[in-house]
Amino acid sequence: MFWPEFGRYGRVWSPWREMERLQQDVNRLLLRETPYASTFPAVNIWASDQDVIVEAELPGIDPGNLDITVAENVLRLTGSRKPEALKPGEVSHRQERARGEFTRSFRLPYAVDSGKVDASYERGVLTVRLPRAEADKPRKIEIRSQQR
Amino acid sequence: MADKEMQKREASSPVETERTKSVKVFIPLVDICETKDAIVLLADMPGVDERSVDITLEKNVLTLSGKVEPAAHGGYRAAYTEYEAGDYERAFTLSDEIDRDGIEASVKDGVLKLILPKAEPVRLRKISVKSA
Repeated sequence: MFWPEFGRYGRVWSPWREMERLQQDVNRLLLRETPYASTFPAVNIWASDQDVIVEAELPGIDPGNLDITVAENVLRLTGSRKPEALKPGEVSHRQERARGEFTRSFRLPYAVDSGKVDASYERGVLTVRLPRAEADKPRKIEIRSQQR
Repeated sequence: MADKEMQKREASSPVETERTKSVKVFIPLVDICETKDAIVLLADMPGVDERSVDITLEKNVLTLSGKVEPAAHGGYRAAYTEYEAGDYERAFTLSDEIDRDGIEASVKDGVLKLILPKAEPVRLRKISVKSA
């Protein structure tokens, strides 16, 4: 007959204590501040042979606080959304809107001409139009046929 | 009696309605904060401007709704999608302590801001007692 295994602290192993520990671990994971960085803002990318359109839902942002950088075929959006600070005496009832800093980068279907990128911000939606780099455009190759 | 029938049931939205247009409807995320003399509501409604947002107050139900015209991308294919454009709708129940005539609404950069001023508190009346 075996003795029950002794735990880390010299106590007898108990399934209840194990479960408690598991519960604590899960709670710690859930309570950790949700990183909006990976999910905010939501982005849609549209492509044609000539250019790419990137749309992002970014309501209530100061366009001056938004950085858009393009390198080769990678687009990066960086910015922050500051919550309105509560003044003394004010009470918050609900906080559902995303807040804090965010960074997102996307690989575009092809290399773009970073000098001709055009971005606009309207009604809380950011639209970035990126034309395809000349060198990257598909070129049609004529086939010479020697007619006899 | 069964326990189920004795329990109180939480009220859902007053009437479940269907829409005539088949567009997706989203619930806008809101921040609500209470200041000394008003309740301020901020709602994220990207794609909405001051003409396409509708705020109605019926009895004590405040309904926010916004219509979004999805941007047309003819000749483009969707390379990657994370969200869909659609209308917004959300309703809140107000308490009596809100001054209904003083509600202010504004839309900026796809964020709706509602200021719901609190009603003047019922004035205290002092009754003097005369000696007989």
